[in-house]
This record gives sequence, C-alpha cells and structure tokens, in this order.
Amino acid sequence: MKTAKLRKKRCASDWFLDIFKVIFLILVTVICVYPFWNIFIVSINDATDALRGGLYFLPRKLSFASYADILTRETFLHGIWITVLRTVIGTPLAVLVTTMLAYVLSREDLLWKKPLNLLFIFTMYFGGGMVPYYMVLKNLGMLNNFIVFIFPNLVSVYNMILVKNYIEGMPKEIFESSKIDGANDLTVFFRMVLPLSKPIIMTIALFVAVMHWNSWFDAYLYTNSQSLKTMQSILVEILNQYQTSSANQAANQAGQQLTPDSIRMAATMIATIPIIMVYPFIQKYFVKGIMLGSVKS
Amino acid sequence: MKKEKSKHKSIRKQFWSQRYLFLLLLPALVWVVLICYAPMTGLYMAFINYTPQGNGYFADMVNSQFVGLDWFEYFFSTDFLMIMRNTLATSLLTLVFSFPLPIILALCLNEVKNQRVKKFVQTSSYIPYFISWVIAANIFLTFLSADGVINHLLQFLGLTDQEILFFQNGPYFWWIIAIANAWKVLGYNAIIYMAAISGISQDMYEAADVDGATRMQKILHITLPALRPTILILLILAIGGVLNTGYEQQLLMSNDSILNYSDVLDTYAYRYGLKNGMYSYGTAVGLFKSVVSFLLVISANALSRKFSDDNTALF
Repeated sequence: MKTAKLRKKRCASDWFLDIFKVIFLILVTVICVYPFWNIFIVSINDATDALRGGLYFLPRKLSFASYADILTRETFLHGIWITVLRTVIGTPLAVLVTTMLAYVLSREDLLWKKPLNLLFIFTMYFGGGMVPYYMVLKNLGMLNNFIVFIFPNLVSVYNMILVKNYIEGMPKEIFESSKIDGANDLTVFFRMVLPLSKPIIMTIALFVAVMHWNSWFDAYLYTNSQSLKTMQSILVEILNQYQTSSANQAANQAGQQLTPDSIRMAATMIATIPIIMVYPFIQKYFVKGIMLGSVKS
Repeated sequence: MKKEKSKHKSIRKQFWSQRYLFLLLLPALVWVVLICYAPMTGLYMAFINYTPQGNGYFADMVNSQFVGLDWFEYFFSTDFLMIMRNTLATSLLTLVFSFPLPIILALCLNEVKNQRVKKFVQTSSYIPYFISWVIAANIFLTFLSADGVINHLLQFLGLTDQEILFFQNGPYFWWIIAIANAWKVLGYNAIIYMAAISGISQDMYEAADVDGATRMQKILHITLPALRPTILILLILAIGGVLNTGYEQQLLMSNDSILNYSDVLDTYAYRYGLKNGMYSYGTAVGLFKSVVSFLLVISANALSRKFSDDNTALF
C-alpha cells in the first residue's frame, strides 16, 4: 500500500500544492519575524551609521548607546515599573475572580443558573459604549487611580467561558465524593477545582498578563498623571516625538551619537523582549488554550 | 398560596445551602454590575443634552434637558456617510485579508510533514499576536515611511521610482489597517483551524487514498468541508464585529491629514464624546454602533442556524 502510494505519479496539482505551500509558508515566516529582526539590528547599530540606511540583515557597527540612554531615563523606568506592577497585581486577581465565576456558573445545581449565565454572556454582545463607561469610572473615583488598571480587567467573559468549558469537562464524581466527606463549596473550589484546572488557568493567566503588559488605551484614556504612565504610554510619547521631528531629522542628526530613530528602536526592543522571553511558556499553554476554547465556542 | 409559600421557602433554603457559591460569585457580580451594567444606564445620555452640573453623574442626567432623537438626527445629517464608509471599508478589507489567510496557512501547515519546520513556522506566525498595538503601529510606521524598507523594496523591484507616502493618502490607510489587523491575527486564527483539522477522522483520508484521490482533491473534498462549522462560527463573529474597528491601531497610525479617511465610528465617538466634551453626542454615536452590532450578531446567528444542519449557531 505504502509503496504503491510512493510510486504514484505526482500530478500537476501536487506540484502546484507543494510550490504554493513552500512560497506561502516562507512568506508568512518572513513577514512575521523579519520586522522584529530589522528593528533589532537597527537598535544595536551605531545611530549615525544607521542614518546611511541599507541596514537589512546584519548590523554594521555595533553600539548599545541607545539602550544605555533609554534605560537611564527616569520616565521610561517608571513606566516599566507601573506596567510590571499592574501585570503582577492584575493577573492573579483576574485569574482568581474569573475562575471563581466560571466554577459557580458551571455548577448544575446553581440557583438561577440560566439568568446568571445570561447576565454575563449578554455583556459580550452589548455594552454602554465608551462615554457612559468613562462617566461611571469617573464617578467611581477610578480615573487617575491605579485601580483603573486592575478592577475593569478582573473578569473577561471570554476567558471565563474557556475555564467553564474546562471545568464542565471534568468528571463530576471527584466533586461529589468530596461533598460527601463534608467539604463545603469553598473547600471544593480551593482544594479541588483550582489545582485541577491548572492547565487552563495557566492559559488565561498568560492571556491576561500579555493584555496587561500590552495595553495602552486604558492608560491613555483614564489617566493623565505622569506617575501612572505605563511603559506603552511612554513608548507612544517616544514614537510621537519621532514623527514630529522626522522632517528635519537628517539635518539635525548627522554627527550625533543618538537619534530619535535609534531611541525608538531600542525602546521597542525593550518592550518586546519580555514577550519573547515568555515565549516558551506561551508555546506550551497558548496553543492548548485556543484548542480547548475552540472545541466548544 | 400555601404552595407558593413553601416554594419561596425552598428557594431561601436552597440559597442558604449555596451561600458559599454566591460568596465566590460576589466579586464577579460586583464587577458585572459596575463595569457592564452601570454604563448601560448611561445610554440615556444619548437622548438628553447632558450637561455636567457637579451633582454627580445620575443627578446630572436627570436634570439635563430631554432632546429625544436630536443627536441621532444630527449624526445622520452630518458625518454619518463618511464615517460609515470609513468603518465599512476598514472592516471589510480587514475581513478580506484576515479571513482566508489563516485558513490557507492552516491548510499549508497541515501539508508539512517535517514537525520541526511546522512548529517553527507556526510559532513565528503568532508572534505579532503577542505584541502591543503600540509596537505594531511603530513597525508599520517605520516600514512604510518614505525611507522605509517597503519603499526600498518597491524601488529595488522597479515597481516605483518615487517614494510612496503611504500615510499621506487616505484610501491607503484602509489597506494599511486591514493588513495590520490581518498580520496580528493570522497565526492565532490559524491555530483555531489547525485544531479543527486535527479533529478530522483519518479514515476519510485513507478511504480517499484507496480511491486514488490527489492531495488537492482531499483538501477540497474532505478538509475544507470539515472546516465549515469553524469557518461559519468565525464568520458570524466577524460579521457581528464589523463595526468594531478598534481604537488603538486607528489612533496610533492615523494623522490629521487623512482624518477624513481614518475616522471610524469608534474614534469618532471618542473624539466628540470625550475629547471635545460632547458627551451626549458621543453616547448617541456609540449607542447606534452597539445596536447595529447587536442586530448583526443576532441575524448572522439566525442565518447560520437556518442554512446549516450542523450545530454552528453561537447561541
């Protein structure tokens, strides 16, 4: 059977398929990886030398001056600190509240199970919109307050559904037997459900952490004090500086050790590197998480 | 009467027996009320001329003048057509790029026999998903600048002898946003299709082998039909989100010279509602968007229920 298959003549469509496949996959890889490589090599290249252009594959003249500059800027370091803080505080809290919600809504015997489920699902499809939301945050005293990074992100209904599907897939007997042993719902949740849901919890923790690390819009909208600026906000400031100065950029910059361009590239790399560092972790849980989620959308 | 009373009692009893469950539910309940439902009451702002008087949000709402549908009329008689054109152009172009490409990527990856190559390409493909829009916008602004890699490439290939100013040309912006959106979700969506492909029974392919089917025929007659439910679900979601163009990519990549092309419902509501302080107008535009989106999801869902025998409806 197998040899017969191997000997079978490759038809025209097979050739087409293979050529198309190779070209398409190479293109996808290049388009997804090359931008980062390009930024990386520009960021570690000497700034004045980079102005000559032509940096495509390898750096010409190594220099870490841009990194040294940006990593000694008070504002940028503070931005990193705020971002780390919101990620480290926001992620475990969000995961806990979301998992608690998912467990409660997964319980068959829950009183008002249907309306409660609907209460949360409905918010995925309808909302008050940006202005009323802003007004509510304002009245809750959350504007210009660190809590605006944490509280609104406590629950994600989408993540909740992922966890709920996972919990519903667990054998019911485990919970029932511990019920007989006299454990109450709190004990069941913290001693059984939480440890047993570790894979899906890791997945949503990853989603939430990346969201916190990357989010810029909430800081932009709901805070204006310098002390709450996140790393992404500082990055935007650096980006805007570059845009306004780009017109007379070349004229002013010849002979300088640093250029807005090189600073921008270095800042971009610094914001990207942590994401790349958690990539092995992402690998492990991300694919699994999406697969779990897509089984039962 | 008696029966009702006993039922009532049993609910109270049931509630008491589930008190710990409700304790676990409490934080999320507070969240959903404050973050999701409290803003919905603010939709009333769309029908009044909201003027902050410093008595708190709700009191100010009650004391403001009722104007009925005036804000909507104002929107429809002024910028509506332009904003809708931009919104639909952006999101339909996004759909054109971000819908078929992940399917093609998943099919191609499925044809790769070497596991290491497969994993490498797949891992690369979802890097953009994990970076912020700030960085993504930065990449696009850099690469598409007059002195950027794309212009150099086009000149090298002889496709243009003059630098193209991508961010100075209105309609280009729709394409840029569409491509940027597709670039970010390509790998993520491909995984969803890969998951669906891995669920297809191998027996079908073996039977097709016996019948002498080519690989192309197997893709067209086994894999693609098996992906139909997944494709439909993602299509329903995409149709429901057709007015959600996102804020970050728009605000970060747009500039004043192309505002007539880059302004979409979301950014328009933001600019008028929050930046210019026309709270009621911003709310009205947002409400228009929410209602249309909601209707779109409902109808897309009903359609998929009608036209497919398998269970692809979302709810």
